[in-house]
Amino acid sequence: MGVIVVEVMPKPEILDPQGKAISTALPRLGFEGFTGVRQGKRFELTVDGEVTPEHLDAAAKAAESLLSNPIIEDVISVRELGGEA
Amino acid sequence: MVKIGVVTFPGTLDDRDAARAVRLAGAEAVELWHKDEDLKSVDAVVLPGGFSYGDYLRCGAISSLSPVMGKVIERAKAGMPVLGICNGFQVLCEAHLLPGALIRNDHQKFICRDQKLEVVRTDTPWTSKFTAGQEITVPLKNGEGNFVCDPDDLERIEGEGQVVFRYREFNPNGSMNDIAGVCNEAGNVVGLMPHPEHAVEAGFGPQSEAGPHGGTDGLGLFTSVLTQLVG
Repeated sequence: MGVIVVEVMPKPEILDPQGKAISTALPRLGFEGFTGVRQGKRFELTVDGEVTPEHLDAAAKAAESLLSNPIIEDVISVRELGGEA
Repeated sequence: MVKIGVVTFPGTLDDRDAARAVRLAGAEAVELWHKDEDLKSVDAVVLPGGFSYGDYLRCGAISSLSPVMGKVIERAKAGMPVLGICNGFQVLCEAHLLPGALIRNDHQKFICRDQKLEVVRTDTPWTSKFTAGQEITVPLKNGEGNFVCDPDDLERIEGEGQVVFRYREFNPNGSMNDIAGVCNEAGNVVGLMPHPEHAVEAGFGPQSEAGPHGGTDGLGLFTSVLTQLVG
């Protein structure tokens, strides 16, 4: 079983209310020194057998057309899940 | 009689209200299901708001790919009037029929209030009964109603006159330039975040000079499209 990881983040110029809320909550728990937080999404797409270049290509297309909205988000990476994780 | 379709997605909350608004305006409301691939000869379509099903990815993203939307997109591009309210607005943005996108409110909270709006543009099929600059009050209820787009798009939308409604007095969600509603380049597709279908009958609408729940400002959208279609 292969897994492809797709990571999506809000564009830098787009407000990220969730990230902002987390950013203000961190110091309340004693986590000091972080000047900002951005919250994105991670998708894991599972395939039967090995991940092929075709799978990666299809995942990249899915990432651009469905998993992200190009108006507000950037696709950061489309890659095979490495190691034994 | 003019037929206006009202689409129901799984979990849709305000489809009955939208259908009632259509009937009060004097048209026939035609029920459409998200899996329908036939628009049943309707003359216009309303995508109502108030649902959450399929919002897991982004509001309106999954719904924008439903079978009925394929037909709505096709007919909208051919000039059919389409109105998206709240979640319907999000669906139209995700379907790329309208510019921009809607994200979480800047204050992170769900908000529900009577909202004053300025009608900016009156040459769309959904706003012809209003006068430019007119102030109307309709209920608003959303958690992800924050209209955003990149600076170039914002300049283009403003420059091309695609802003149809703007928030007055209070921006409830952080929307850029107080934008509450926009239209496509042709003007036939309109989306807005507040709910005109909840302000169509005295006794059931927002607070107004007509008394508690007396506001009927939302009816103008539905009578506008009727005027347009009857010619």
